[in-house]
Amino acid sequence: MQVEQISVFLENKSGRLSEVTGILAEAGVNIQALALADTSDFGVLRLIVDDNEKAANALKDNGLTVGRTEVVAVEVEDRPGGLHRLLEILKDTDINVEYMYAYVHHTGKHAVMIFRFDNSEAAIKVLTANGVSIITRERLYAI
Amino acid sequence: MIYNMEYETMPREALEAIQLRRLQATVERVYANVAFYREKFKEAGISPTDIRTLDDLRRLPYTTKQDLRDNYPYGMFAVPMDHVVRIHASSGTTGQPTVVGYTARDIQTWAQLMARALMAGGANRGDIIHNAYGYGLFTGGLGVHYGAELLGVSVIPVSGGNTRRQVMIMKDFGPTIITATPSYSLHLAEVCEEMGVSFKDLKFKFGIFGAEPWSETMRGEIERKLNLTAVDIYGLSEVMGPGVAIECKEAKNGLHIFEDHFIPEIVDPATLEPLPYGSVGELVFTTITKEAFPVVRYRTRDICSLNPEPCICGRTHLRMSRVTGRSDDMLIIRGVNVFPSQIESVLIDTEGVTPHYQLVVDREGALDVLTVKVEIGEQLFSDEVKKLQATEKRISKNIKELLGVTAKVRLVEPKAIARSEGKAQRVVDNRKL
Ligand SMILES: [Zn+2]
Repeated sequence: MQVEQISVFLENKSGRLSEVTGILAEAGVNIQALALADTSDFGVLRLIVDDNEKAANALKDNGLTVGRTEVVAVEVEDRPGGLHRLLEILKDTDINVEYMYAYVHHTGKHAVMIFRFDNSEAAIKVLTANGVSIITRERLYAI
Repeated sequence: MIYNMEYETMPREALEAIQLRRLQATVERVYANVAFYREKFKEAGISPTDIRTLDDLRRLPYTTKQDLRDNYPYGMFAVPMDHVVRIHASSGTTGQPTVVGYTARDIQTWAQLMARALMAGGANRGDIIHNAYGYGLFTGGLGVHYGAELLGVSVIPVSGGNTRRQVMIMKDFGPTIITATPSYSLHLAEVCEEMGVSFKDLKFKFGIFGAEPWSETMRGEIERKLNLTAVDIYGLSEVMGPGVAIECKEAKNGLHIFEDHFIPEIVDPATLEPLPYGSVGELVFTTITKEAFPVVRYRTRDICSLNPEPCICGRTHLRMSRVTGRSDDMLIIRGVNVFPSQIESVLIDTEGVTPHYQLVVDREGALDVLTVKVEIGEQLFSDEVKKLQATEKRISKNIKELLGVTAKVRLVEPKAIARSEGKAQRVVDNRKL
């Protein structure tokens, strides 16, 4: 039920982000979601792409440090309070959201959010039990 | 096995009595025969009769590499040239080479110490040594060679280079011991693999590696790839050549210095104050039996520490730690001496990896600020920013705890640190002093 995310270490230098997107474009990789978390010195770029293998190799060939992490793609109702209701479900559990970001495409009435939980399996169980739909890898790439 | 049981396991008290007698004789001899020492001693207001205890050694002035260069080529020799039977020279990568000489007795002493060293490293009668140290002006090849013959083992004087032929010799002649620089031994392993020769099918039991700094990680790699037990040997031509100190195969934990021939000291490279056992500083040697080329308090510029603890092998001689750097690389940050190699050990100890790193020192106002840049590899990387920040904090805390200096740690991208000839530039000092 999880989706693989690619993450890249970047120094905080102007133009660095576009260099990375350029590397991926050249490799023919399609970026489906992207989020940059940064500090004053460095940033971590997180990516959902259509071909992890190709993306990771292209980035590594360009001397970048690449990590791979399992994340969870969740459908969130696209109306006021949609995200809030979802986080409410998790509030009383001991599951923490490390970070989250939005996916580019919608599925009808739903937005798609990418979540990095400290315990993905437990999160998937709780969310599913509360009627939230988790998007599989196959469906995500089909969106 | 111990080659010279009497001297190598001598109780400290008896050893120190011999050291004092030999030191006094050396000081008298250099005072009488070498103008350089006579003048330096006079300047310091010391005459040979002032040396009454071993501690009086500290009253003598230091000798530096530059002093040896200034007296190029034979100015530091303490015997007439018709007593000199051998001349070697250091490579002199910067500036003039250093020329050293040996009397017939010096050559004998050197062979005896090398025989001790080879035996401590596992060699014995019946062994065959593949000696891949260079033969020539460099002391490595001939130093090992004479020691091996005296010990009564066969020696193949293969010297350096022509690696494919070396592999053939290793396969056909069946050597059991290899003597080489650690980096050349790894090169040999690579060429062996290319040629389809496995070290498992060769007869090597022990390897004695030196003439360049190496690490415990490298020892592990060599032992695995060459399928043998690897020990460290230390020496420098200004003091004698290989065989000044050797690691015993029993402990593989520090190199015994042959103290009946050399008196070691550790000093602070900045203040030149002698430091107690265990402290990290610059290694200084006084030779006490050399005839042609004695040195008094010679600053090796090698950074290590001395360990007086008894050793399981039975030898009573002090052990020096691996050489971890050169005093030329030392930084003084807010009055604390910092060597790049110390930062490197913190990184290895706390993160279990040897990343490329660089020390950058700036002066902000009147304050020195040390930044340690660490190139991020897959082992240190995380997709979570707080974990990366925690890694920076953890390294910084360990540097503070172990070295007593405050450092800002910054993770940087791979290859962010400038390289020259494949080696990362370790230190950037932006202070305008
Ligand atoms: Zn020992």
